Amino acid sequence: MSTARHNLISAPGVPTHDVEAVNDAKRRELYKKREPIYPKLVHGKFRFAKWMFMALALGAYYFIPFLRWDRGLSAPDQAVLVDFEGRRFYFFFIEIWPQEIYYISGLLIMAALLLFLVSALFGRVWCGYACPQTVWTDLFIAIERLFEGDRNKRIKLDRAKWSFNKAWRKIGKHSVWLVIAAATGGAWILYFHDAFDTLSHFFTGGSPISAYLFFGILTFTTYMLAGTMREQVCIYMCPWPRIQAAMTDRDALNVAYRVDRGEPRGAHKKGESWDARGDCIDCKACVVACPMGIDIREGSQLECIQCALCIDACDDIMKKVDRPTGLISYDTDINIDRRREGLKPIYRFLRPRVLVYAISLAIAGSIMVFGLTTRASLDVNATRDRNPNFVQLSDGSVRNGYTLKIINRTHEDREYTIRIDGPEGLEWRILGQEETRGLIVDVPAERTQDFRIFLTVPREAITVTNQSVLFTVSPEGSEETRTAETVFLSGGSQ
Amino acid sequence: MSEKHIDQETGTETTGHEWDGIRELDNPLPRWWLWIFYACIAWSVVYWVLMPAWPAPPGMQGFTEGVIGNSERVNVAEDMNALQSSRSDHFAQLQAAGSYDAIEADPALFRFALAAGQSNFANFCATCHGAGAQGFTGYPNLNDDVWLWGGSFDDIRTTLQYGIRSDHAETRYSQMPAFGADGLLSREEIRNVRDYVLSLSGGTGFDAAALNAGAEIFASQCVSCHGDQGQGDRTQGAPNLTDAIWLYGGSPEQVENTIWRGPFGVMPAWEGRLNDPTITALATYVYSLGGGEAETAPEGAAGE
Ligand code: SF4
Ligand code: SF4
Repeated sequence: MSTARHNLISAPGVPTHDVEAVNDAKRRELYKKREPIYPKLVHGKFRFAKWMFMALALGAYYFIPFLRWDRGLSAPDQAVLVDFEGRRFYFFFIEIWPQEIYYISGLLIMAALLLFLVSALFGRVWCGYACPQTVWTDLFIAIERLFEGDRNKRIKLDRAKWSFNKAWRKIGKHSVWLVIAAATGGAWILYFHDAFDTLSHFFTGGSPISAYLFFGILTFTTYMLAGTMREQVCIYMCPWPRIQAAMTDRDALNVAYRVDRGEPRGAHKKGESWDARGDCIDCKACVVACPMGIDIREGSQLECIQCALCIDACDDIMKKVDRPTGLISYDTDINIDRRREGLKPIYRFLRPRVLVYAISLAIAGSIMVFGLTTRASLDVNATRDRNPNFVQLSDGSVRNGYTLKIINRTHEDREYTIRIDGPEGLEWRILGQEETRGLIVDVPAERTQDFRIFLTVPREAITVTNQSVLFTVSPEGSEETRTAETVFLSGGSQ
Repeated sequence: MSEKHIDQETGTETTGHEWDGIRELDNPLPRWWLWIFYACIAWSVVYWVLMPAWPAPPGMQGFTEGVIGNSERVNVAEDMNALQSSRSDHFAQLQAAGSYDAIEADPALFRFALAAGQSNFANFCATCHGAGAQGFTGYPNLNDDVWLWGGSFDDIRTTLQYGIRSDHAETRYSQMPAFGADGLLSREEIRNVRDYVLSLSGGTGFDAAALNAGAEIFASQCVSCHGDQGQGDRTQGAPNLTDAIWLYGGSPEQVENTIWRGPFGVMPAWEGRLNDPTITALATYVYSLGGGEAETAPEGAAGE
């Protein structure tokens, strides 16, 4: 069936590729050795969008550590910093302390919901455009093309015997890959220590051992995953393609081949009629463009990362043979079926699952925004001693011990006034503090300080076993107050 | 064994084993899995060379020590030494600091003393005084403001150092007679004293004649230690009988029983078992539990 194909020329510049999809489900065996894929460069709007997105994503990744943000003297001025030693996470104006780790959880939940929402609407756009695996693989393939040429040249080169030509191309490619991989690992560690500092110490061996470790791991994984493993990561290692199936439905947009238009496919000679046949000229431009090594005309497949490169490839062909573009395009499962039955396509973006994802995302987002905007620079927490619960004193009065924790999140040392409301006749004492200072305490910038406070209540004031106590803390020269509620325990009325 | 078993359905070789008609396909291992497996084997050889690995054959001593000479025993000892020496400055400061005020004045030293005191308290003191130093019947509560032998920092430190009725030559010592057990007073007399003693701290409802009889016996038998008002005497560890705190319990039966048998509470001397700075740390901790008294407690005051 494929014998005559070489002689047919549909239009100038329309080559026909005599290939089978490498990862064709029908040909695939469970324990087959990996067959290399040689994706052919395509041109078109999706390819352009992908180049743009790659520039944006990589640019952001390499540039963000160098952004500065002024936080005063007591905090680092790196805009985005995960500071494990100082136990802080800085993100521009946001500063997260270890006890607020739920903000990170919130961020991850939002990211997940966004992923669900986007998947429900547009299918695997994450995989196709934004996943680091996709971005770096795309970049590595571009480098490969730079050294070894496009698809056919690469195939030829791999089949050729070793020669100087082959050697320098291979060595060049791997060297550049390694440099990019190292830069990837190198940029990663900049997010964990001051970027400029790290840069100046890294090459002289002055960085912490963890920096070199993560540099090594990231360099190795980038080189391996983007350079040599590529589509295997998506097909065998990544859980998302499996989860993804639960996130989309038949109304989600996917890269699809329009069977109704394309079939029956077949070679087409210039000048031949298009009547009684499909638009697909079986040139397999889509197959050779696919970085996953599949044939999209077989329908939706687990391997398809929906990079849309086959759309560009086919559109190019369609223009050349003078047929409408969009033989391969974003489409929904429902519409593929409807078209086959001659029905009009329908698009339903407002579906229950879309609404649920969108509303959940909005709720999570509002909670985060509310939390972050009302986040206090002061937090107070009181814990009562439990062993012993209370202490009976010789004159019949009762004493309770408390630990008052004051968190000063500002960047300056602060004085705080404590007010204590409790049972009548209550007396207080702060351990380790001069009595003349009264109820005024110091907390250094960005610190959590514990104060041991003893409260004593005279015998007459003890009416019930459990009386409420309220600590009110306010910083000197500020209206802000925080309270901590606790109780005063005694053995009962005397 | 040498013949091949081929599964009809898949054409794959099987392991040749059969369980109730079920046979296992002998599929090849995934390549990446195999590579990791080989890498682990290679790594284990490296590890044998570098690290202690093989015990000597039976009948011989020792083991292969590995070329980098790693020993967890040595590591632990080094860590412990490093820890001790990192603390040695603070311990030296504690040794030098003479008073609670001096320790408290240095926040870092104070925190250190409290932490060291707390952990040593849990090790050595909590068995009798309780984890929260709350005490038990017969074992004083160290949180309150009642101190049999004085509650200043120095007093507490001295008590810790020499103990109470311990075997140390300098120990704090006194003894209350076992008025009943040794036949010094009759049961009747003891009950009268008991009523009188309870009345000192505000107890009411006693028979007037018994109170009078009790007061007489108290004046002759008890005042030498507990004072004429029952206010106690810290130089002898004699408790104040007018306050709300009863080491051996404040119910009539408990008080009667205490007079009958004459308590003899013992606390060990820690000198010699704990070093000086540790005792200072313990004294700091106990003092700061809430009941510590100013250094200049008025002599002979009715503190108890
Ligand atoms: S779908 Fe388009 S690119 Fe693919 S074989 Fe048909 S005509 Fe060629
Ligand atoms: S089939 Fe098309 S969209 Fe899917 S991975 Fe291949 S080129 Fe990308």
